[in-house]
Parts: sequence; structure tokens; C-alpha cells
Amino acid sequence: MSVIAEMLSYPFLVRAFIGGILVSLCAALLGVTLVLKRYSMIGDGLSHVSFGAISVAVAAGWSPLPVSIPVVVLAAFFLLRITESGHMRSDAAIAMISASALSVGIVVTSLTTGMTTDVSSYMFGSILAMSRGDVWLSAVLSAVVLGMFVICYHRIFAVTFDESFAKATGVNVSFYHTVTAVLTAVTIVLGMRMMGAMLISSLVIFPALTSMRMFKSFRGVVISSGVLAVVCFCIGMTGSYVFSTPAGASVVLVNLAAFLLFWLAEMILRKRIRWQPLKPGRKRTPSAGGGQTPKNARKWKTIRPEGEHAPRSAGGSKRQ
Amino acid sequence: MNTLITCRHVDFGYENHDAVVDLSMEVDEGDYLCVVGANGSGKSTLVKGLLGLIKPLKGELTVAEELRRTGIGYLPQQTAAQRDFPATVREVVLSGTLSRRAAQSSGGAGAKEGTPSRRAAQSSDDAGVEKGTLNRGAAQASGDAGMKEKTPETSFQRRRPFYKMPFYSAEDKRQAAACMEKLGISDLKNHCYRELSGGQQQRVLIARALCAASRMLILDEPITGLDPSAIQDFYRLVRRLNRDEGVTILMVTHDVAGVISQANRILHLQQRVVFFGKPEDYRRTAAGRRYLGGEDR
Repeated sequence: MSVIAEMLSYPFLVRAFIGGILVSLCAALLGVTLVLKRYSMIGDGLSHVSFGAISVAVAAGWSPLPVSIPVVVLAAFFLLRITESGHMRSDAAIAMISASALSVGIVVTSLTTGMTTDVSSYMFGSILAMSRGDVWLSAVLSAVVLGMFVICYHRIFAVTFDESFAKATGVNVSFYHTVTAVLTAVTIVLGMRMMGAMLISSLVIFPALTSMRMFKSFRGVVISSGVLAVVCFCIGMTGSYVFSTPAGASVVLVNLAAFLLFWLAEMILRKRIRWQPLKPGRKRTPSAGGGQTPKNARKWKTIRPEGEHAPRSAGGSKRQ
Repeated sequence: MNTLITCRHVDFGYENHDAVVDLSMEVDEGDYLCVVGANGSGKSTLVKGLLGLIKPLKGELTVAEELRRTGIGYLPQQTAAQRDFPATVREVVLSGTLSRRAAQSSGGAGAKEGTPSRRAAQSSDDAGVEKGTLNRGAAQASGDAGMKEKTPETSFQRRRPFYKMPFYSAEDKRQAAACMEKLGISDLKNHCYRELSGGQQQRVLIARALCAASRMLILDEPITGLDPSAIQDFYRLVRRLNRDEGVTILMVTHDVAGVISQANRILHLQQRVVFFGKPEDYRRTAAGRRYLGGEDR
């Protein structure tokens, strides 16, 4: 407890805490849809693009944020579009773009300033990176992301689960893609300077992957990801303060630990479930007559249509 | 017999090439229409066109008013990402009711059903056709976040107020429960989608499609990846929906032999229409014999 009180006496650590919590929350929420849509690497790609943009900005003497945000937003658009048009596989596209952006950054840096502490802190993150303005920006960002998830939750689910169906039933899919791309880009740029370009993508993918071990509903996964991200970040930051380790790497390691823990828990749970069907009379028995049969047979029975006779449901025939 | 969809010399396609050329056909209420053809013969493009996702390049596509209002249920091809998606059956089925909201807030004052279907604005005025697509456009616009609704409100409409967006209404839930009951998956409703068998997943997706629209279903290669007994089970289910529930079915499939006994119309596409008509006649054509093998004759 005293450690936390001590940490919070430093204003820059308070800023890092607030900004970091908000950014990891956003990253985790967006991460759920990104991971499920198989865009896990997009965080990585975008952070490298951001690194390239920031290096150029530093070399030219501009301030980094106003340059990198638009560039990264553009890259995010491009990456999401490229899969839609189907000209190139998205993993290849992301790999290509991230490597190119990284090299641009490195070449520009070595031609001008050389590897300054500034640039290397963008690579691996710096706890000092969160300025007052960044904290405000992350507050706004997280308000937007949270608001979007609360208000459009069901549409986000529909788009994530099945794009073609959502499109066919009148959900504006490209609108959601655009919004996701912009928000992801801003999250990455904001979080990158604290976590580092190399590590920021873990904030996007870890919470979602970890939650997917344990939770079976989309709602469960979303909520658990948000909570996990915040908890892991706090533990990681405290650890980094206590053991004087780099903040970004510590947070990632805590996330990894959480993943392994959940994974273990899943294994144990699954084992228990596998034993259970052998015991007769489990509570999930759907209907009479299915009591003593093995699990598979039971499932088969419930799933079968009730012969060819008329339906018994309330929402029955709508024919005139 | 009401005609739900009429195509007259319709071309569908993308900027640089036409995938479907000069298609004329109609879908009547209660039909079980099977669309067959080789890969790349324009089947999926046709489906997109019928769903209103792409506009016809030429010709005239008329969609009956009632269908326009309730929309068309759609069972897309499953993607790999879906198979391990963490979602409960209930969540998936409920997501089908989203479109009902959109359709109702943009549709007219008519009740969901009960008005006799009438042919939507015909021939001479292309505006009529255009209106059909525009209507759909409105439905789509109101789909995003529900902020841009344009149509005047009437007593029949169920508008979602902004603060209620995160929740499904009691009506939505009732609808979803009825659909799950219809397909015999009520017991599975709290199960995880990714833990179901292929056949069960397919049922869940049909329940979702029925939530979206109970009049007509478009199934896009639904049996891909199912094992033989699940396929038979699936066909039984579709036949039951068609006969007992009066759901009009349009199924895109490669398994002609499996469905020819059930369908009442066959559409064979190869960019152009190779055959459109009854299955009995299809067996006699050269194309039919090639697809079905010789032994049927």
C-alpha cells in the first residue's frame, strides 16, 4: 500500500497511471473485435508506422503527435481496405507496411540526429512520455471508445461475428470499419510512447486472447478484456516501479502471466467437463427420455426437428 | 401465388466485368429455388444483387413490397473466423433482430405481415426500381447507430431511442426465443457457438436469419463442411421450413443431386441462364444430365 502511495506522490507517475489505464482499456476493447476479425497484427503494423512518422517528425523538428496521428489513421484505413478488396492477404500487407515504415524511420534518424534517447524511447517506451495533454487526449479517446461500445454494442457484435450478414441486414459495415480504424490508430499512437513501438500491440491482443480462454459469450469476453487490461496494467506499472524495470515490458509480462493463468484454468475446467457426461442424470438433460444416454446421443435428440408435423411454436406459421 | 422477386434481363457485376448477364427469372411465394452452376458462374453475385448489396447494371429487378419491408433472411457462407467465435447461441440469434429494427423504422406504416403482396412499381418507371433500392438504402442508413432516420414516425413503427440502443427489447427477445424454438435449439441457447457441431451452428445461423426475416431465406452454399448425416438433417430442416412455415427458400448449392427432389425450381447459371424451370425438366436437359450423372434418366 505504501508503495502505491509513494508512487502516486510523483505527478508524472500519476499521469502515466491515468493515461495508461485509459489507453489499455481502449486497446483491449478494440482488441476484441480486431482479434476476432483476424487483425491481430494490425496493432504491430500501426505502431511501426507511427514510429516511422515520429522519427521523421523529430528529424524535421515538428511535434510528433500532430504528424503521426493522421499518418497512422491513413495506414489503418489502408490496411483495413486492403483485405476488403482482396488484392493481397492482410498479414502480408501488414508485414510489408510495418517493415517499410520502420526502415524509413531508422534511415531518417541515422541520417539526421542519430539514435537519440528520444527515438529509442519511442522504440521501447518511456514512463515519462505521458504529458498533461496526452492524458486529456486519452480521456477523450476512452470516452469515445466506451461510448461506442455501450451504444453500438449489438452492431459491433453483428459486424464482428458476420460481416456479410450484417451488411445484408442493413448495418452500415464500412462505417464501423472506419470508426474502428480511426480509434485503433489513435489508441496506438497514444499508447506507443509509453509502451514502446515494439510492445504496444500486446495491449491490443493479450486481453482479448486471455479472456477468450475462459469466457464463452461475447459480452463476457468484452467485459473481461476491459477489466483484465486495467488490472494487468496497474500490476505491471507497480512492478516496474518496485523492480525498476521498463514499464512497457513489465506490463506485457503481467499480461502474459494472466494469459497463462487463464489458459491453465481453461484446461482444468475442460477436463472437468469432459468427465461429467459419464455420470448419469446431469442437470443439463434437455427433455424426458434423454436421461441415461451418452452425451452425444442426447444432443442429437434435442437438435432434431420434431418430425414433419406442424410446428408447435408460438411464432408459428405466418402464411396467409 | 404471389411473386416476390422478378428479374427481367438483369445484369449484375462489378466495374470491369459482368458476373451475371441477361438474367430473367422470378421467385414466387413458397418456392424452393435452387441455384446451381460452376464456381465463378455468378451465383454469389446474384445473391448479393437480390440482397440489395449491389445494384443491377442493366435490366429491371422488382422486389415485392412486403419483401422489401420485411427484408430477406440470409445465411452467408461460414468464415473460418466464425467457427471459433466466443458467443452464446442466444447472442448470435438475437443479433438477427437488428435488421428488423432497421426495416421497420424505414418501412411504411403497414404491419409486419398481412397486407397482400403486390407487385412493386412496374416496368415503364425505372424510378420504381430505383425506389426499391433507395428504400433499402434508407434501411441501411438507419442501421448505423440509428441516428439518421428520415421517415416520418407512425404508430406501427418501433423506433429505438438513443438511450435504449444497448438493449434488446422484449419483442426482440420473444422473437429470438420463437426462432430458436422453431429450430429446436432452445436447449443450446447458453452454449458457446464455437463448441457446437457444424450442423448445430448452421441451425443457429438459420434461426438468426429467420429473426431478421421470416418470409424468405437465401442460403449460400449452406452444406459446405457438414458431414453426410448433418447434410440430410439440414435438408429436412429446410424442407420443413419451406412446407410448414411457408418460408420461401433460395439455395445456392453444388449438391444438385441432393436437393433436386426437394426444390420446385432450378436455376442453372453460367453467367447467362442455362436453365430455369422445374426439376423434372432439368433432368432432361444436357446441363442437368451433366450435373446429375446419367443414372437418373
